[in-house]
Amino acid sequence: MSSIKLKDISKYVCKNVNLEIFDKELLVLLGPNGAGKSTLLNIIAGLIDYEGSVFFDNKPVDGLPANQRRIGYLFQELNLFPHFDVAANIAYGLKMQKRPQNEINAKVEELLQIMKIKKLSSRYPKELSGGEKQRVALARALANSPRILLLDEPMNSLDYRTSKHLRTEFKILQKKLGITTLYVTHNFYEAEEMAQRIAVLDRGRIEQIGLPKEIFFHPTEAVNDFIGAPNILNCDYCNRLSFGLVEVKCGDISLVVSSEREKIKKVAILPEDIYLSDIRPPGPDVNRVKGRLTEIEESSPTVCCTVITGKNSLRVKLPQEIFASMSLNISGEVWLILAPRKLKIISDSE
Amino acid sequence: MGRNFLSSLIRVLIGFSAGSIAGLFIGIMMGWNNLANKALNPIISLIYPIPALGWLPLLMLWFGIGEILPIAIIFICSFFPILYNTVTGIKNVDKNYIFVARILGASDLKILSTVVVPLALPNIFTGLKLESGMAWRVIIAAEMVAIPTGIGALMMKAESLIRIDIIIICLIVLGVMCLSFEKFFAFLEKKLTNRWR
Repeated sequence: MSSIKLKDISKYVCKNVNLEIFDKELLVLLGPNGAGKSTLLNIIAGLIDYEGSVFFDNKPVDGLPANQRRIGYLFQELNLFPHFDVAANIAYGLKMQKRPQNEINAKVEELLQIMKIKKLSSRYPKELSGGEKQRVALARALANSPRILLLDEPMNSLDYRTSKHLRTEFKILQKKLGITTLYVTHNFYEAEEMAQRIAVLDRGRIEQIGLPKEIFFHPTEAVNDFIGAPNILNCDYCNRLSFGLVEVKCGDISLVVSSEREKIKKVAILPEDIYLSDIRPPGPDVNRVKGRLTEIEESSPTVCCTVITGKNSLRVKLPQEIFASMSLNISGEVWLILAPRKLKIISDSE
Repeated sequence: MGRNFLSSLIRVLIGFSAGSIAGLFIGIMMGWNNLANKALNPIISLIYPIPALGWLPLLMLWFGIGEILPIAIIFICSFFPILYNTVTGIKNVDKNYIFVARILGASDLKILSTVVVPLALPNIFTGLKLESGMAWRVIIAAEMVAIPTGIGALMMKAESLIRIDIIIICLIVLGVMCLSFEKFFAFLEKKLTNRWR
């Protein structure tokens, strides 16, 4: 397999980008639209000219054309060849490398099985669903046994459930194949779910590289602007309710979080992941907090509210139209719901 | 009637095939290679607006009144529209398909033959369908004006003999041939692209 090193890469918005992806690592490149993520992938793939150097396994590959770099690349639009059926799409790279027909057939068969698309082999791309196309595109990218896999926001067009399912499957497959992978997304939660490490790219500069939790709990100022500064609560007391569920108390706030660890130091949540209501919400009283609204900051298309609850202060971000639909006043009583799925934790062992 | 029809048919087949193949070949070259496009586009843009029959006096002087004359007219009539449709088709192929093929190890020639040309087929067939009918319209006009054989010439003779029946039969044959040629290419297009479009 292979490590990737980018040294002083400049092209379009990217200026002097330095980045290292370790052998067999899954690194997620996170950044807003126009940050230069796809440009970096195209540079690694050798599809565009650039300034600087790209190394695979510490050997420069700048002079190597795209068809000799042994890269698997999943484009955002997937770009399955519409005039080939599924099997022919997967076999395309092997045919171009003039592999013997029996070897091509065996490899295609193997990939159809791994990706669970055997029954689709004679279908054309227009006859496939979004998730099925995803699997075919991945099988095609893996057919040539690439040393590096590049994925450019591949789950963008899929619904939440399908993309979550595919992400989990892909993560397992990546680990099994041990293939160095660079995965591009603009979604922090997707990045956090997939990554061994995250590199945050903004306006063509790498702003921060680290473990997902490091990025979330200790974001640099530039990263804060992009993912939003999280609300971080220090935990005073932890009580394990059952396996996988822990009750934590952070000042006056009592929360139930999903964790296998008993000792939790900090809990964090992004302002846009807290729901705010001017009336007491119906349903069980879990992860709901009553507070007092102290500040309203309008900046279209969102409104940022600060809510004081005991010794804690929480920032909440909500869309303008939802804000306008409620009667919210400074010093008025409000209720907050902290979505358990969106709560991030730091335990004692981290 | 039969001999005249056969003369027109052979002229259309040869002229249209030669014009289409040349248009296709140069169109692929111009669509794929920017340098070829830049070099040839100004000349072709200048010649393209001239109607095929406008060339008739010049071609008569060059080739005389023989079989080459109608074939050359049909060649000119077919060449330019098919060239433009091919250039458009090739240029409209999403660059990412080319990138994917390149990453998967395909050479330029393979990318062209396995990805770009097949994906440009719908555009190419639009040109072929339109121009196959147009070739018949142009050959009739050329035969009426300058060539002594063929359906067009027969219609002119029938007109001087006041044989309305022959004129009507010739018009029916012309209509059927235009339609058959267009339908043939529509069928071929459906056969080649319907499964994946």
